[in-house]
Amino acid sequence: MGTKLIIIVALVLGGIAIAQLMRLYELSSKMSKSDESEVGTRDNNLNGRLMLGFMAFLFLGFIWLMMEFGWTGRGEAASVHGKAYDWLLDLNFWIIIIVFFLTNALLFVFAFKYTKKPGVKAFYFPHNNKLEMIWTIVPAVVLAVIIILGLRTWNDITADSGKDAINVELFSKQFDWTARYAGDDNILGKFDYKLTTDANELALMTTATIDTAIASMESGVNGIKTIESKLNDPSLIMVPEERAKMVEDLSRKQRLIRLLYQMREKHNSKIDASAYDDVIQKDTLYLCENQPYEFTFRAKDVIHSAYFPHFRAQMNTVPGVVTRFKFTPDISTKSMREKKNDPAFNYVLMCNKICGGAHYKMKMIVVVLPKGEYDSWMNSKKGPGSFKSIFQPVVEAPAPAVEPATADSTAVAPVV
Amino acid sequence: MAAVAHEAHGHHDSHGHHDDHGHHEEGFVSKYIFSQDHKMIGKQFLMTAIFMGIVAMILSILFRIQLAWPGEGSDFVSFFLGEEWAPGGVMKEDMYLGLVTIHGTIMVFFLLTGGLSGTFSNMLIPLQLGARDMASGFLNMLSYWFFLISSLIMLFSMFVESGPAMAGWTIYPPLSALPQAVSGSGTGMTLWLVSMTIFIASSLIGSLNYIVTVLNLRTKGMKMTRMPLTIWAFFVTAVLGVLSFPVLLSAALLLMMDRLAGTSFYLSDIIVGGEMLTNHGGSPLLYQHLFWFLGHPEVYIVLLPALGLSSEIISTNARKPIFGYRAMIGSILAIGFLSFIVWGHHMFVTGMNPFLGSVFVFTTLLIAIPSAVKVFNYLTTLWKGSLHLTPAMMFAIGLVSTFITGGVTGIILADSALDIAVHDTYFVVAHFHIVMGMSAVLGMFAGVYHWFPKMFGRMMNLRLGYAHFWVTLVGAYGVFFPMHFVGLAGAPRRYYDYSAYNEFDTSSLDMIMDLNIIITFFAIIAAIGQLLFLFNFFYSIFRGPKAPQNPWKSNTLEWTTPVEHIHGNWPGELPTVYRWPYDYSKPGSEVDFIPQTVPLADGEEEH
Repeated sequence: MGTKLIIIVALVLGGIAIAQLMRLYELSSKMSKSDESEVGTRDNNLNGRLMLGFMAFLFLGFIWLMMEFGWTGRGEAASVHGKAYDWLLDLNFWIIIIVFFLTNALLFVFAFKYTKKPGVKAFYFPHNNKLEMIWTIVPAVVLAVIIILGLRTWNDITADSGKDAINVELFSKQFDWTARYAGDDNILGKFDYKLTTDANELALMTTATIDTAIASMESGVNGIKTIESKLNDPSLIMVPEERAKMVEDLSRKQRLIRLLYQMREKHNSKIDASAYDDVIQKDTLYLCENQPYEFTFRAKDVIHSAYFPHFRAQMNTVPGVVTRFKFTPDISTKSMREKKNDPAFNYVLMCNKICGGAHYKMKMIVVVLPKGEYDSWMNSKKGPGSFKSIFQPVVEAPAPAVEPATADSTAVAPVV
Repeated sequence: MAAVAHEAHGHHDSHGHHDDHGHHEEGFVSKYIFSQDHKMIGKQFLMTAIFMGIVAMILSILFRIQLAWPGEGSDFVSFFLGEEWAPGGVMKEDMYLGLVTIHGTIMVFFLLTGGLSGTFSNMLIPLQLGARDMASGFLNMLSYWFFLISSLIMLFSMFVESGPAMAGWTIYPPLSALPQAVSGSGTGMTLWLVSMTIFIASSLIGSLNYIVTVLNLRTKGMKMTRMPLTIWAFFVTAVLGVLSFPVLLSAALLLMMDRLAGTSFYLSDIIVGGEMLTNHGGSPLLYQHLFWFLGHPEVYIVLLPALGLSSEIISTNARKPIFGYRAMIGSILAIGFLSFIVWGHHMFVTGMNPFLGSVFVFTTLLIAIPSAVKVFNYLTTLWKGSLHLTPAMMFAIGLVSTFITGGVTGIILADSALDIAVHDTYFVVAHFHIVMGMSAVLGMFAGVYHWFPKMFGRMMNLRLGYAHFWVTLVGAYGVFFPMHFVGLAGAPRRYYDYSAYNEFDTSSLDMIMDLNIIITFFAIIAAIGQLLFLFNFFYSIFRGPKAPQNPWKSNTLEWTTPVEHIHGNWPGELPTVYRWPYDYSKPGSEVDFIPQTVPLADGEEEH
């Protein structure tokens, strides 16, 4: 509180001081009979010189920032298209840096050079068609070059990925990422958000997951049966709001369960196989050096954005829509560490679309491995704990109602 | 109003106008509060906007402190946010997002749309056209009161228990639609939407009034091609507002329905806070298209009035005609038109079809051409001028500099391929703060310094004006220039804390933290510098030296009105216009300015 008081007192005193200075200034200007509409020659010249001074500050500041920070943060591009991207960015940068220096220099030099001088009248120069044509056409030509080069790169980057691209899905939710590799068949299994359960966070669609989802929606901890029995239990006393909420919850789940039943009817168990071999990976995304990847993106709750600054790649992840982006990493993490001389360096996947309080923490470390190491990592993922091991053997009895309601009670219920 | 319309043609004795109103003395309430006089309404807009601007600036200092010294308690932060939102002087994550959101909203809409357009369109359109008042004084008054109400609701939304809106000023759903996703999407978001709805009504009423006034109430001889560029800018701005704000309203209404009525315009297949929603088939991209259909013209709604003001100020104080008057009008029209077909450049990486992206690249880069023409015309206007470096002139020159500096980085962002790696990073923040924020703010200051004598009948202090200018220009460049480099390092915007970089790239982290401290340092300097302005402004209203009739020796009509404001602007007949407003230093004339009311001399050509 003490500091606050000091701040306030300082502000008040500062105000009074300025007011007193103003009084003085007013008195002196009354004596010299200047009104505030005529800028004195001294003021004019001083400010003209300051314009030049500011130009120096701006240009030197820019050069200093460029030398000190210019390219360090961005670093070398670690993907194939990233090289083309950086080339184009550098080209555009040189163009705009030239324009920046040239036009700002003209502006501030003119402001200095043409400040009012006694006896010198301004030059009456209302228009000149030739000049105006020049500065319409020159920018147009430069822009045409920029557009053509830009669109060429854009088309390459957004084109379809080839046949040898590995399909990987990145699943985003508040506030983490999960990767799903398409497995041996290179086909990502189908999904539907209604199939989300704790064991099936990515909502993959197989015969077993549909059954599990139905079972837990019907008889899970917060399943339809539980809610109905609570609502019909006369011994339970509830606040009206709580009851209303429960009724709403029930009707929502009843709608969802109908859709799940329809899904079960239509489901073709032949497609299960494409989901079984998918490899699900959290925390770290492993990629293979020089291997093209086709990424598809999903969002569970709100919009996120998959941003890989080192690979010059970014795509939003949108609930209800699947988006895509492709790239080929071409520098392994190990070589990049050597290049940067930083043994702790890692590539990263960040969230770059505001998604809630912990937005800034939502990231996934990306590791690019040489082919051999990548393959052995991939093989290690196919054992116990994989999606296949949980869902393929249909040992699960469809009686999740008897699942123990542990402290982690959300575990069984898809819907809480 | 009929009387006003008639008099616009200058056939009536002006006293007839006053007689219509019974020649009554105005009471305090009708003069200062529920005023229908455009000059008073302009001043009301200005005062409200200055207040909102101060609030938004303080918010920015709060989150700049968090960014420069994350996790360190600050008395300043706890003074404003209290224990609830900043335990121990460290703001909460949610509050950080709330501050960022409200800062953006206030700055874009309340300061630079309502404030800039509202102040100067109101003040200058009738005065520079030779009209008694706006076409509808009553609607004009409504426009201000809606603006005030929406401002108050927006301010109030910061004090609700669950916090203000926190989804960024663009309020993209689903985040803004789901209170389970972030606490600010509850009551705070509802109030945001209500406030903006009223704001849009205010803006529409105001804009319609400006358009009608410009088209119908020009005095005798004031052809469209004799209007000052200020009026051209306000006119096109108003047209943009009328065409684009209703689209924002529809976007907001659909969002309201999704939030309150369970519809699925923007929502599909969502599980949030453990709750599986039944919404299916909506598209968040629909919202983005609607939002940016306003959002991009909005940039020019903010920028064009500033460019108009600076054209007038630069010409007057260079004592030279604005170079390429018709090209300037053409640029304003071209920018206005193009601004409607470029919105997709905000959406290159949203999953929009890449081919559509290419089309937007093309249209967006086209805008650079009229913008370049404007810059070169400003430069040529300064060339061989006789510059009177008044504070207004200095701010206008500053505007040209920021318009260049911020404009060129737009070329990078408009290029879809290059946008991929800098989209939503600090590079974007730097770009739009310089080109839109700084340019518009500098233009607004230029306007205030230049037309202060017209508004308040007194002069502002020159020396304080200079000090204010230099602190502002150095401070603002010091804030936004380094941000480009933070963005090129790949730092996403709207991050509460960059220490997360520690886990993967310490060299980037060091750089970001170094720059963040520099930025915050300049931000604090620039903010303190604004005290010079506030002091000068309020002090001069009451104690500044009395203004002469035409302090800057300007040609436009507003300087032919008496210094003391009167209802109806001119005591006698409305002035007649014989020439364009830029006859400065015309060869053959004794003085270096010829007001628009002076008839052409024998054999004189009209520019």
